[in-house]
Amino acid sequence: MKGEFATTDEAAIRALAEARKQEPGALLPILHAIQDELGYVPEAAVPIVADVLNLSRAEVHGVVSFYHLFRTAPPGRHTLYLCRAEACQSMGARALEAYVRDKLNVDFHETTADGRFSLEPVYCLGNCACSPAVMIDETVHGRVTPERLDELLS
Amino acid sequence: MASVTKVFVPSDTTARSVGADGVAAAISAEAERRGRQIELIRNGSRGLYWLEPLVEVEVDGVRKAYGPVRPADVESLFEAGFLDGRRDHPSALGDTESIPYLAKQDRLTFARVGLIDPLSIEDYRAHGGFRGLENAVKLSGREIVDIVTESGLRGRGGAAFPTGIKWNTVLNTEAARKYVVCNADEGDSGTFADRMIMESDPYVLIEGMTIAGLAVGATQGYVYIRFEYPQAIRTMREAIERATAAGYLGDRVLGSDRAFHLEVREAAGAYICGEETSLLESLEGKRGIIRFRPPLPAVKGLFGAPTIVNNVISLATVPIILDKGAAFYKDFGTGRSRGTLTVQLAGNVKQGGLVEIAFGHSLRELLYDFGGGTATGRPIRAVQAGGPLGAYVHPSKFDTALDYEAFAQFGAMIGHGGLVVFDDTVDLGQQARFAMEFCAIESCGKCTPCRIGAVRGVEVIDRILAGENEAANLALLRELCDTMVVGSLCALGGMAPFPVMSILDHFPEDLRARKEERRAVGEVA
Ligand SMILES: Cc1cc2nc3c(=O)[nH]c(=O)nc-3n(C[C@H](O)[C@H](O)[C@H](O)COP(=O)(O)O)c2cc1C
Ligand code: SF4
Ligand code: FES
Repeated sequence: MKGEFATTDEAAIRALAEARKQEPGALLPILHAIQDELGYVPEAAVPIVADVLNLSRAEVHGVVSFYHLFRTAPPGRHTLYLCRAEACQSMGARALEAYVRDKLNVDFHETTADGRFSLEPVYCLGNCACSPAVMIDETVHGRVTPERLDELLS
Repeated sequence: MASVTKVFVPSDTTARSVGADGVAAAISAEAERRGRQIELIRNGSRGLYWLEPLVEVEVDGVRKAYGPVRPADVESLFEAGFLDGRRDHPSALGDTESIPYLAKQDRLTFARVGLIDPLSIEDYRAHGGFRGLENAVKLSGREIVDIVTESGLRGRGGAAFPTGIKWNTVLNTEAARKYVVCNADEGDSGTFADRMIMESDPYVLIEGMTIAGLAVGATQGYVYIRFEYPQAIRTMREAIERATAAGYLGDRVLGSDRAFHLEVREAAGAYICGEETSLLESLEGKRGIIRFRPPLPAVKGLFGAPTIVNNVISLATVPIILDKGAAFYKDFGTGRSRGTLTVQLAGNVKQGGLVEIAFGHSLRELLYDFGGGTATGRPIRAVQAGGPLGAYVHPSKFDTALDYEAFAQFGAMIGHGGLVVFDDTVDLGQQARFAMEFCAIESCGKCTPCRIGAVRGVEVIDRILAGENEAANLALLRELCDTMVVGSLCALGGMAPFPVMSILDHFPEDLRARKEERRAVGEVA
C-alpha cells in the first residue's frame, strides 16, 4: 500500500518538475507546485527535482529548508496562520497566540492530534488596519477575538 | 422606472476579512426577494478600513456610502431606502467622496482604488487608465527616463532612492536582455498599500511596469508577490492574462514594435527576500541570501542582466507621471520628498486605513485628524514607523513633518509609510525583544553580527527584563546594537537595532526589570 502511494507520488513529482523545468529559475515554482499538490515537499522529492533540474541534492535541500513556507511533513487538513507582527501585537495578538496554543494544544509548526489544524506563525498578512489577523488556508480574518477564533475553529 | 441600481461591495482582503462576502450575498438575496434590479459590483476598498464592509450605492451618478454594514443590517437598509440613497439608517455616511478622511487626501497613485471593478479593463480606461502608457509608446527610452527623473519620484519600498537615477543606470548599461522586477514582498508590519494596489487596481501596476520596460528596453518583467497574499496573486495573474489578450502586454505593446511580457512569481515566506538582491536570488530559484554590492542590480541583476527592481507603489505611480507630466507630480510634497506618500494607519488606531497625501503633513495630523487616536481610546504611547526595522517614535516627535529627511534627523524612517500605533498598555521591553527575535528568525545567515547578534540580543534583553546585572547588561545591549549596525551586510541586521535603540533612548523605563510592576500585580513576592 505504502509503496504504491510512494510510486504515484514520485511519478507526480517528476511530472510537476518536468512541466516547469524550462522556466527560468524553475526551482521555486516547482516546489510550490509540489506543495500545492501534496500539501508538503516530501524528502523523496529532493533527488527527483535535483535530477530534473540537474542540480545537486544539497542545493535543492538548501532551498527547501531556507523558506518558511515549505514543509517536509504532511500538514493538518487546515493551516491556521497566526500573525505575530507588531500591528497585530498592538491589538492583542500575544494573548491570542497563547489562547490558540492552549486551545489547540500545539505549538507553532505543529499539527493537532486529530489532524485538523497545523499552526504556523506569519509576520503580517497586510491586514494590519483590522488587526489582529489570522489566515485559515487562504482566507484572512480580521479583528479576531478569542470568541471569534472559537467560531472559526469549530 | 425599473432602472438597474449599481451597488458596490468591496472585495479586497481586509474588507472580506471583516465580512464583505456575507454582506454581498445578503444584498443579492434581499434584492431578489424584493424584485429590485441591482448590479452588484465588487470594487476594491477605499481604504477606510474602520468602516468596512463599506457599501456604496450609485444614485444619479453620485456614490453614497453605508458602513460598517453587517449581513444582519441588510434588510433594514432596504427598508430605509438605501437603494435610493436615503440617509435614514445608522450606517449612512452620505456622499462617499465627501467623507473627510477621503476628501482631505491627494489620491494620485490610488486615484482609482476602491472606485472601479479591479479586473475590468473598460472601467480602468474610463477612469484614465493606460493614458500614461499611450504617451510612453510615442517616446524614446531616454525621454521616459528623463520625465521620471524630473518628477522627483523616490522609491517607496524603503530606501527612497531616486527612481529615475536607477532607471538611467539600466538604460545606459548595454545588454541583449534586461528585466523589470516588481518587489511585491511587502513584508513590513503595518503596510498594506502594495496589496491594495494589486487587489484593487492591478492594471496600474501592469501599466507602470510596462512603461519601465519601454524606458530601459526590458522585454520581460516579474512581479514577486509574497505567499501571504493569495488574493493579490490571483488578481494579478488574471489581470496580466487579460491585459495580454487586449494587447497592452505581449510582443507588440499597443501595436508598437516593442515587446513586454509579464509574469507573477510567488514567494515562499522569507522576510529577507524583500531585500532586492535576495529577491533576485530567490527569483533565480536559489536561497534568498544577500549578494555583495557592487555590482548593482541595475548593472548586473536577474540572471546577470541589467534589472530595474522597484516597489509596487513606485511602479504604480509612474502612469500618472507619464499621463500628467513631471511638473504636475513634483508640485506635491516638500523639500526633497516630492509627490505623495501612501501612509498606512495600522494597529491600535481608531480609524485605520490608507491615506495618500502630499509629503509634509505632520505625524500628529495623521495620527489624530485621520486616525482619531487609538482604537482602545487610551493615550498613544508610541508609534513604530517604517516597519519592523523602524524606530518607536515618542509623542514628543509627533509634530515632525512626513518628509524622508525630517525623519532621518532623529533616527527614524518613513520607509514604506506604515505607522503602527500602540496605546499606553504596551510593554516596549517586549517590543524591543521582539525586534531582535524577528531578526533572528529572518536572518539570511550570511553575516555573523546579524545571525548571532540577534540571538544574543534576545538573551540580553531577557536578562535585563529579569533584573540580572541591569547596568552591565544595558551597556552590553548598546554595544551589541552598535556592532550589528556597523558590521551587518544589509539593513536587516543593520537596522533591527533601531527599534531597540529608540526604546533605550526614549522609553528607558521599559527596559528595566519589571519586578515593581509584577509585585504590584502579585506575580512576585
Ligand atoms: C530586509 C529588507 C526587506 C525589504 N523588504 C522590502 C519589501 O518588502 N518591499 C519593497 O519594496 N522593498 C523592500 N526592501 C527594499 C528593497 O531592498 C529595495 O530597496 C526596493 O525594493 C527598491 O525599490 P524602490 O526603489 O521602488 O523602493 C527591503 C529591504 C531590506 C533590507
Ligand atoms: S545582515 Fe542578516 S540578513 Fe543581512 S546579509 Fe547579514 S545575515 Fe543576511
Ligand atoms: S501585522 Fe498582522 S496583519 Fe499586518
